[in-house]
Amino acid sequence: MEATADKERLDSDFTELYRAHLRDVYSYAYYRVGNHHDAEDLTEQTFLQAYRHFDRAQRESDGRPLRPWLIRIAHNLAANFYRDRSRRPMTQLEDASVLHEPHGTEELVEEREEVKEVLEGVSKLPEDRREALIMRFALGMDNREIARALGRSEGATKVLIHRAIKQLEESLEREGHE
Amino acid sequence: MSDRVEQLLRSALVPVDPPERLSDRLERGLSDLTEAAATELADWELSAMRDPRNWARPAAAVVVGSVAAGGLVLVRARQQQKKRQATGLQALEKSIRGVADDIEKRLRG
Repeated sequence: MEATADKERLDSDFTELYRAHLRDVYSYAYYRVGNHHDAEDLTEQTFLQAYRHFDRAQRESDGRPLRPWLIRIAHNLAANFYRDRSRRPMTQLEDASVLHEPHGTEELVEEREEVKEVLEGVSKLPEDRREALIMRFALGMDNREIARALGRSEGATKVLIHRAIKQLEESLEREGHE
Repeated sequence: MSDRVEQLLRSALVPVDPPERLSDRLERGLSDLTEAAATELADWELSAMRDPRNWARPAAAVVVGSVAAGGLVLVRARQQQKKRQATGLQALEKSIRGVADDIEKRLRG
């Protein structure tokens, strides 16, 4: 039956999407909310919502990758998360994997300190700039994907990322990192 | 300096692997979604189906139920590899498919 075949294809496509992007959604969620507990909540809700609208999203995607759509769902849910709970993103990301590496040489300790300060700097950026950096560096998204996820033009996204890096750079310089 | 900042950003914003327990949570969430869709269909008065204005709601439930069931298949594939245990979820999925097929036939009739 045609409907059954369509459903099987849809299931198969969703399986592929889930496997390919669970880590992306979780990484985005983690850097947005700053802790694993809330990141799990956000990731779960993102995929549940994606299930509900997958058929339509796939029809309307016109063959384009669906990762920006998934991240946009997470982005909207994260905004609700802060609004509903009157929370702010955490500034400490002490259990990020990079900070879990065992202490080694003095160089490594110094780099860990720099990484920690960069994370603190990122957390102080305006929300749209912070998000753009998370998408670019943690998820490896290009300008086109980020633009779709944030609902902006590619040009505006390029400017956004440039300004985010510039602001972070100035912030680090003030902290004595030049 | 920008190159250095980008390098630091790459070191700081590394991808984070989701914990194993998240798959279990996703499975539970999808099960709830599937059950809700099944209940929605079971409770629906079939007599109301003659009115086309009422078709949207159960049709949406079929979509939610079937897509969620599909999601369960993928999550459960991993679970079954680990546990090799039969559960009632496949039966639940089958029952949703049965209800969906039944409604489809009635709508055509």
